[in-house]
Amino acid sequence: MAVKSNLSNMVLALGMSCLFCSAMLGGAYALTKEPIEKAQAEKTKGAISQVLPHFETLEYVEDQHYYTALDGDKVVGYAIESSAMGFGGNINLMVGITPDGVVYNTSVLSHSETPGLGAKCNTDTKFMDQWKGFDPSVKQLSVKKDGGDVDAITASTITSRAYTQAVVNALQVFNELGLNKTNDDKEEVDHE
Amino acid sequence: MSKFKLITDGLVKNNPTFVLLLGMCPTLATTTSAINGLSMGLATLFVLVMSNMVISAISPKVPDKVHIPVYIVVIATFVTLLQLLMQAYTPAMYETLGLFIPLIVVNCIVLGRAEAFANKHGVIESACDGIGVGLGFTASLTVLGLVREILGSGSAFGYNFIGGHDGMLAFVMAPGAFLCLGYLMVLFNKFLKKN
Repeated sequence: MAVKSNLSNMVLALGMSCLFCSAMLGGAYALTKEPIEKAQAEKTKGAISQVLPHFETLEYVEDQHYYTALDGDKVVGYAIESSAMGFGGNINLMVGITPDGVVYNTSVLSHSETPGLGAKCNTDTKFMDQWKGFDPSVKQLSVKKDGGDVDAITASTITSRAYTQAVVNALQVFNELGLNKTNDDKEEVDHE
Repeated sequence: MSKFKLITDGLVKNNPTFVLLLGMCPTLATTTSAINGLSMGLATLFVLVMSNMVISAISPKVPDKVHIPVYIVVIATFVTLLQLLMQAYTPAMYETLGLFIPLIVVNCIVLGRAEAFANKHGVIESACDGIGVGLGFTASLTVLGLVREILGSGSAFGYNFIGGHDGMLAFVMAPGAFLCLGYLMVLFNKFLKKN
């Protein structure tokens, strides 16, 4: 039978169980901290290697939220995280841009679009493949319905617009930061 | 009561989803595919067995007036533990189920079994009860997920058999969840009554 419900018993039972449980959780947190960080880093790295050509090392520019991918000393591209409001919430993308300002590829980090409609932005190969090598200086960055060159997903114009907007945002970051290094050598000469 | 009967009771007679109608929120929300339903069921199974065992062991020492807070602390601990482990070792699974894992704390099934069974029985019996009810929940969620996946996406356990076409999308969304659950409940109870 359970012990009596007097004050000291109740304080003891609650205190002991909380103490024991928090000790257990503290231990578990310490044990899983490293694997969790590793898993997250792996995921980011996976997303980046999908959107950029082969690279060896990554440099994270913390205050601007973008990654520089290096192959030896050569910059092969920049991976920029960006997002835009879709139909069911934010669509978060990883956009890979090569130093000449061309989109190399894009990948979806997370989204909450309607299954079977907007959620296709993550599976529809026809929609996703058009971002490979998308050159914003040649093509218009908006969906065809709005007079641009982006093929929208059938019945998901809002999602397609948001996706396009996220790419536009990433390119804007790219341009604002002055990462465009097509005339790399010339610039350096000018500085000297 | 034999231990075997405790387990089969949880699976059929006291099936949490189709008979007791407990834990409807995760049931409706996570069963968009068979895999998701299965993993949500297994996550609940883990919490259920662990919390049942611990609660049956400590219940003689817990004064009646504070037993609910103590039980909640125990359940929440196991849920958080599970969450950390999933985040660390099955990140992909955590991404799909992440939102619903913390909700296991307030899942009626877990607290319900603690209150109705574990605090009156021994550790072994409580573990069996946890396994039974947990398996019942897992089985129901998997079946529901499978039906919704077949109708809604035209695939089963991730294997697509209609070649890239769309299924009946309504079944992947909330209305389809209610419809499927309702019909499965009818079928389940019809067979239960016959036997």
